[in-house]
Amino acid sequence: MFEAIAFYLFAFLTIAMFFITVTTSQALYALSALAAGMIFISAFFFILGADFLGAVQIIVYTGAVMALYAFGMMFFDTTREVKEKKGNKFIIIGLSTLAAVMVVAIFAAPLVSHNITALYPMLEGAGNTQSVGIVLFTKYLVPFEVAAIMLLVAMVAGIVLAGKKMDLSLTLMNAEEIKLMDEEINKKVLS
Amino acid sequence: MMEIGLNHYLVLSTILFAIGLVGIMRRKNLLLLFFATEILLNSVNISFAAISHYYGDLTGQMFAFFVIAIAASELAVGLGLLIVWHKRHGTIDLDSMSSMRG
Repeated sequence: MFEAIAFYLFAFLTIAMFFITVTTSQALYALSALAAGMIFISAFFFILGADFLGAVQIIVYTGAVMALYAFGMMFFDTTREVKEKKGNKFIIIGLSTLAAVMVVAIFAAPLVSHNITALYPMLEGAGNTQSVGIVLFTKYLVPFEVAAIMLLVAMVAGIVLAGKKMDLSLTLMNAEEIKLMDEEINKKVLS
Repeated sequence: MMEIGLNHYLVLSTILFAIGLVGIMRRKNLLLLFFATEILLNSVNISFAAISHYYGDLTGQMFAFFVIAIAASELAVGLGLLIVWHKRHGTIDLDSMSSMRG
């Protein structure tokens, strides 16, 4: 009973928030609606008993991702209205076809998957966080380490890309400009 | 109606995915396109968690964790590239990115 009430409430809130995100013409409204939608999605994870995933959702998305977006929006001119694409008939047809196929697939999926058995079943007497840790550090240890390396690479790329002098491109400059830049750098080094 | 099953979550995930697709189709600003991709990734995460719950298997939650990690790193690199593009051209609209047309 309460599960149903919570599900419908949060489903409505999430859909409304994401609808605002894709339809508003103000980037700031889109950002705050997206943050609210992320928090409402973590409610589904708590209903489903995936406590650790819900906590990670709140920390990573509304903590890290939204802070990064807010930081990025300081660089861009976000106060003006966002221009939209003109409506395209093929896009509308393609979208509705794709959505219809997905609905059919959802209702057809239980027919072919009714005999699935759990590969890594939930442990008896262990909390969600504990069993997640056990599975993550035994069966998924290598993907976990690869994901760690990927995050490190992304961090280095973010630092390098947002750093100084990245607005200059040696391939788009001509020879005199490159020479001038080199001389300036040499002056700085010598002085 | 009152019993929430797997199909409820899958239908919700589909609705959110369709909203994200609409966002991708109609947006021209690259920052708002990133918002739409976040919606897509989150809707998939919901169905992963729901399948993990209803089949008693933890693999779905593991995939959701990796999806979150991928989303975070994609965002870091993408925002860095957007900042570089904005410094060079002063705009992040998709129309400005046509220098490869030849």
